[in-house]
Amino acid sequence: MKLKLGAWITAIVVVAAFFAAAYALSGGPSEPVPSPLTGVYLGKGTKCVAPVAVMRRYHMQFLLHQRNLTVHEGIRTKRFLLTNCVDCHADPKTNSVLGKHGFCASCHEYAAVQIDCFSCHSPHPERVTAASVMTLAPEHSRLAEMVKATALAQIQSDPVDGPK
Amino acid sequence: MSIDRRQFLAVGGAVAASAALAPGLRLVALAEARDPDQAVTSLQRWGILVDTTRCAEGCSACVTACNKENGLEQNVRLDIRPQWIRTVTLRDEQTGYVQTLPMMCQHCEEPPCADVCPTGASFRRADGIVLVDRHICIGCRYCMMACPYKARSFVDENLTDQRANVPRGKGTVEACTMCVHRVDEGRIPACVEACNYDGGKAMTFGDMKDPASEIAKRLATEQSEEIRPDLNLDTGVRYQGL
Amino acid sequence: MKSIDFREIEGRSLGYYALLAFFGVLVLAGLFAGYYMYTKGHRVTGMNNQIVWGIPHVFAVFMIVSASGALNVASIASVFGRAMYKPLARLSGLLAISLLIGGLTVLVLDLGKPDRLIVAMTTYNFKSIFAWNIFLYTGFIVVVAVYLWTMMERRMNKHTKSAGMFAFIWRLTLTTGTGSIFGFLIAREAYDSALLAPMFIIMSFSFGLAIFILYTMSVYALTGRPLGDAILRRLKNLLGVFVAAVLYFVAVYHLTNLYMTAHHAFEKFILLDGGVYTGLFWIGQVLIGSIIPLVILFHPRVDGSSRRMIALAAALVLVGAFCQIYVIIIGGEAFPLIIFPGKIVSSSFFDGAIGHYRPSLPEITLGLAGVALALGLPTFAIKVLPYLPASLADADVDPHHESAVKATEAAHA
Repeated sequence: MKLKLGAWITAIVVVAAFFAAAYALSGGPSEPVPSPLTGVYLGKGTKCVAPVAVMRRYHMQFLLHQRNLTVHEGIRTKRFLLTNCVDCHADPKTNSVLGKHGFCASCHEYAAVQIDCFSCHSPHPERVTAASVMTLAPEHSRLAEMVKATALAQIQSDPVDGPK
Repeated sequence: MSIDRRQFLAVGGAVAASAALAPGLRLVALAEARDPDQAVTSLQRWGILVDTTRCAEGCSACVTACNKENGLEQNVRLDIRPQWIRTVTLRDEQTGYVQTLPMMCQHCEEPPCADVCPTGASFRRADGIVLVDRHICIGCRYCMMACPYKARSFVDENLTDQRANVPRGKGTVEACTMCVHRVDEGRIPACVEACNYDGGKAMTFGDMKDPASEIAKRLATEQSEEIRPDLNLDTGVRYQGL
Repeated sequence: MKSIDFREIEGRSLGYYALLAFFGVLVLAGLFAGYYMYTKGHRVTGMNNQIVWGIPHVFAVFMIVSASGALNVASIASVFGRAMYKPLARLSGLLAISLLIGGLTVLVLDLGKPDRLIVAMTTYNFKSIFAWNIFLYTGFIVVVAVYLWTMMERRMNKHTKSAGMFAFIWRLTLTTGTGSIFGFLIAREAYDSALLAPMFIIMSFSFGLAIFILYTMSVYALTGRPLGDAILRRLKNLLGVFVAAVLYFVAVYHLTNLYMTAHHAFEKFILLDGGVYTGLFWIGQVLIGSIIPLVILFHPRVDGSSRRMIALAAALVLVGAFCQIYVIIIGGEAFPLIIFPGKIVSSSFFDGAIGHYRPSLPEITLGLAGVALALGLPTFAIKVLPYLPASLADADVDPHHESAVKATEAAHA
């Protein structure tokens, strides 16, 4: 670029002053950036559907590939279904994979990679209780009564794992 | 006390099976549970047969069931509320004869919505169910203009309480999925189920290509028709008594 | 004929900057409106499940149709070899590009998921006319840009004719594609007609030329450059012909519909008892948009060649244009879909009922922003590059001017 020498010097001085001020005002070196996994509920059980290193790098590819198979071809292999992920990884305290210590949200916010999944997909696992059966079925319905009765019988006769 | 989804499914399956045997209850055509690792094929074609003579005026069991099953919000004005199925009241202009029937996506063989979608988000699955792939829907609403049955709704606000098996989100178009999440598990659509338990037992669901299924037998032996047959769309939803 | 002197405008007056700032503010407001609609959802607009395309689409279709029509003047010069239109060709191409950009911007910002524009540009269903239109619209910008280049780069002038021909065919395809968006919808009464594609083409001729006339007159008046009557007379006569042609197409469209008993209900709705749509049709489209301009331009008692009258006629044509597209798009949606012929239908989903729509502020702002962009871009461009002839006075552009002047002088002598 053709500029006079004076203009160049002014430009360099201004830019350098800007950075010097920024450093001075920043208060010096700050604390180390916290790991995104502090305080995050990692998930039920001990293992994910694939090794952790593989999942860290490729989970989006798995999900993107799976979503095409599921939507267009009806393939619902449980391994990489998003609902399966949510079932395991949802924090039992908040019942969600989003939020401050949410499994998906904490890493994605740390990495500043915005995800669109949960504008459509529910971040909550759908756990069925006897009460929710009644709200999910039509009111005053014979079907609901039947399902509720059978479900209650099942619950009472089976030992159940509570949420971890 | 709670049971997880897998156990609930087992219970639900048992209920449906027992429903088939319980006296006084109509035998509903059950979809065979398909192996989840297998893709759907065009060897099956899911359809619904509606006997409008059994559709009672004032009954909305199918609508209520659909709203509950798919988590469709009800607390909004009618003109912007998502309605995947609706009851329509017809009065003949000449004779004054009144009838009601349920109206939903007709799951056409040649869907105009799939023809006009610029990204291919609106598509027909191999087994006949017409769906919107919300991952690639850009929300242009051209399919809503093209649908001859006004089957589609547009999600125009942020949603938070979606059902886990029915993902829905702002800015995409949606319509009746024939409860594809239930069908793929071997169950029947919520509207058909509710109609058979609480309604007039007007709806039958099944595989139109399976000669042993109830729906195929009825379509072969009884009078039935599509809505707007002049459009030649070969719909998956057929009506009797129109 | 003298060679044309194209020169950038000076563009240093306060008025010029104020004008650019005005356009800029409108565009910013529109961007904000688009962002608002995106984050809050279309709940904040007047569009609903019955009227799915509203004011933004009226603006967008209006601008896209006008874009292809604005190129007409350049086509007449390059393709049909009319020398007198040559000075106007560059401005014509510039307006065509900016109108298309304006229309596209409104269309994209109104999408339910505009963040998925990349998806729209990479995943295609080629059975959809929309998918083809994505190529036609973006390709139009490139084709006209190349065409402009052949005109403005001296060594490329020999390619102007072929570039012009290519652009001409492209814009006809584009307008056919735009009309086919509606013409391919078999389900809707309003659009079930093969006439829509050619009607859109003739509409583009009329609307594009009206915008071109108004823009040219404004720019030359504001910059103080001379604009002769010869060119204006040609343009206004052409406009009159196009307005008449549009009226003819509209008449044929409705008469054909009236002949079919099945479409009587729709015709009654538009022509008689559709409320706002009937008013917009008869008063907006027919009276203000067609008949009055024709009277202004051609009636022997009216001085159709005066600047004021030409500008008025062009402005009225544009008002009528807006009304026409509003009636086509929104009127066509408001009329209920006939799902059960012969039955009176009612339901919770407004089957059988007229759709209700009231334009909302975000939508109107978005539409106006598109117009501001379409007008602001060329206003800026004419300062940067030589699009505008320094003079369009009769002496400079009319090949018959000198002989006409001599003949007049000889007659007076």
